[in-house]
Amino acid sequence: MTRNPETVITDGGYEIPGPVYSPIPPVIEAPRAPRRQRGRTNTELYAWLFMRISGVVLVVLVLGHLFIMNILDGGVQRVNFAFVAGRWSSPFWQVWDLLMLWLAMIHGTNGLRTIINDYTRRDGTRVALKGLLYTATTITIALGTLVIFTFDPTL
Amino acid sequence: MTSVASGPSAPSKTRLAGSLYRGREGMWSWVAHRITGILTFFFLFAHVLDTALVRVSPESYDSVIDTYKNPFVNLMEIGLVGAVLFHALNGLRIIAVDFWVKGTRYQRQILWVIVAVWVVVMVPGAFFMFKHSWETLFGSAT
Repeated sequence: MTRNPETVITDGGYEIPGPVYSPIPPVIEAPRAPRRQRGRTNTELYAWLFMRISGVVLVVLVLGHLFIMNILDGGVQRVNFAFVAGRWSSPFWQVWDLLMLWLAMIHGTNGLRTIINDYTRRDGTRVALKGLLYTATTITIALGTLVIFTFDPTL
Repeated sequence: MTSVASGPSAPSKTRLAGSLYRGREGMWSWVAHRITGILTFFFLFAHVLDTALVRVSPESYDSVIDTYKNPFVNLMEIGLVGAVLFHALNGLRIIAVDFWVKGTRYQRQILWVIVAVWVVVMVPGAFFMFKHSWETLFGSAT
């Protein structure tokens, strides 16, 4: 779940809780309970952290990509096969696009996973939607990676 | 919307309204973050597929990219850029709320700052993105 701790403390000392997004489930443990219960993992914490780190990197990668592709030097009107061939002749843009592909896909997949978790009510629906999501993500990342690595400018 | 504070020592209505989450800036930015995120993610699937056509043939890639140059699709691209830009700026706001000590206190003000930045970037951005389409539709460009 996304952490969105917009719990607001007013000047009067009131605490108005927003929806609970904390990556740490709101469990109040018994005194002197073992710090971590068996079988519990930190997956949600890592997912939360990944969203922040990949988010910052994607701000640079994606906004840079949008600026170059849509605004700079004629924008989308100049994009064609030759333009792509020129760009991907440079390892810099290959790495840029590869990193952007992986980070954006995983970032988006985790976002949609959160949304599925939030709105599905039946276990079957949840499993089916997540299965579809993970399948689509795997295929898309694999396809995109293959295209970047096997691109042939002489085609 | 202000039903949260009904106790005898509730602060004044206006002061509380400025810090409410539900129904106010905090909630709506969260809603907008979800919607822009979903839109961008679904576009990403289509975009990886259309780019994959460079692996098929230059002609098939060029023909699908031509749809992006259509004035109507061009408008949707401006919408996409606007959605991505909001998601990026609001994402930075969320990070500020999470990691900056005073982030929670100023989350509302930060939202209005990013909305202002969004407008300042989008006005010239939309102008340059739509320039060619405008000239095609109404101007004397080739």
